Amino acid sequence: MQEKAKILDRETIQRTLMRMAHEILEKNKGTQALCLMGIRNRGVYLAHRLAACIKGIENAEIPVGVLDITLYRDDLTLLTPNPVVHKTEVAFDITDKNVVLVDDVLYTGRTVRAALDALMDLGRPKSIQLAVLIDRGHRELPIRPDFVGKNIPTSQNEFVELRLLESDGIDEAVIKQKKT
Amino acid sequence: MEWKRKDLLGLEELDKEEIELILTTAESFKEVSHRYIKKVPALRGKTVVNLFYEPSTRTRVSFEVAAKRLSADVINIAAETSSVKKGETLIDTGRNVEALKADIIVIRHNSSGSAHLLARNVGISVVNGGDGWHEHPTQALLDMFTLKEKLGRLKGLRVSIVGDIAHSRVARSNIWGLTKLGAEVIICAPPMLIPPRIEAMGVRITHDIDDALRDADAINVLRMQFERDERNAFPQQIDYFRHFGISTERLKKAKKNIIVMHPGPINRGIEMSSEVADSANSVILEQVTNGIAVRMAVLYLVSHAHDKINEATD
Repeated sequence: MQEKAKILDRETIQRTLMRMAHEILEKNKGTQALCLMGIRNRGVYLAHRLAACIKGIENAEIPVGVLDITLYRDDLTLLTPNPVVHKTEVAFDITDKNVVLVDDVLYTGRTVRAALDALMDLGRPKSIQLAVLIDRGHRELPIRPDFVGKNIPTSQNEFVELRLLESDGIDEAVIKQKKT
Repeated sequence: MEWKRKDLLGLEELDKEEIELILTTAESFKEVSHRYIKKVPALRGKTVVNLFYEPSTRTRVSFEVAAKRLSADVINIAAETSSVKKGETLIDTGRNVEALKADIIVIRHNSSGSAHLLARNVGISVVNGGDGWHEHPTQALLDMFTLKEKLGRLKGLRVSIVGDIAHSRVARSNIWGLTKLGAEVIICAPPMLIPPRIEAMGVRITHDIDDALRDADAINVLRMQFERDERNAFPQQIDYFRHFGISTERLKKAKKNIIVMHPGPINRGIEMSSEVADSANSVILEQVTNGIAVRMAVLYLVSHAHDKINEATD
């Protein structure tokens, strides 16, 4: 895998998240009944950053949950090695909440499909919206995001990787290409 | 760390990392039982057969609940009401279950080594739910899970196992698991209930219950299996309580926060007094709850390892 281009840097990521926070607040008319749900792993870090942006704008704390979707995947046996099951940590009731799902890169839509099933098992939200930092296209399911940081047209043999301070020590997104 | 075994037969053959993987996976599964909808689709479309040759409520129900919370279908076969009565062998029964396209057999049998025998003769996953006096791996795993949850670690803990060690698969599995994870294990029983050469498993033996309680972080009290006492070798019940039973007075001399465990069912007034069983030190009911998470983790891990093995050979 060869690194082809850097598409986001630290400042851009932070500005993008701030814009997305504004959009989330605009669409939901404030923080009433609003909560964020990060999909493990990087979606969780992004959800916490969005919550911090929202606090900066509205001075209100909104709950952030952690969703592990391993048990809901439709491709469990296709993945190697065995995916490790992590905890789902949702300390609040999502029933009648407006839940914003947060993930790093939207691709086939299968992760989001699994996350929707996982959410429905936790309660009955008033609405579910989807926020992704990067949309790279190639959907295989009828799923579309409500909030997008950046649209990045890619080809199928490319790979988009987001690195975050919390897990990778740096904030950046890069496009990699499979060596042919 | 990846789980690669299609079966879980005992803790003797597992290494430290494999045991730790089961315990961490179980931590993730515990949350599922606290949801409003206590179910995840991880084993949807899989069939789990509980093949029980010995009476058991606790273990069978726990496996059944675990499988159902993973969305698997569960079938229970009790030996008394099956073709075993007509003389069918264990291997034949196992192969028939396999021919029904079941995916996992949970076996409980009164002969040591029966789970291993079955696993060698069927291609589907086998989970040992207790074989004779040999091993009861999921009970030991849930004991260790409970200890780790309560005390934050296993390494360096001093755990005393009290009671009929000779006939106890729970004791044997606990000794394998705890010593592998770095805990110190002391066993305490009357001499005739201690099996020969048990020291080779890395445990210290005592016949003095106060010695076993001293400085122990936890005490695992085994059930006196009077129904197995064919030779009348056991002490009288009342004598047993006097010399080895856990009473409030005895517990006062132990560490204040000592954890009291029991695999159930309890003989109140024999292995321990009712006050102790219901005291703040007792985690007996938490063990039952944790058993579900541990068995969910085991079913999940063996099922996926089995699917992987099959893919590789296709």
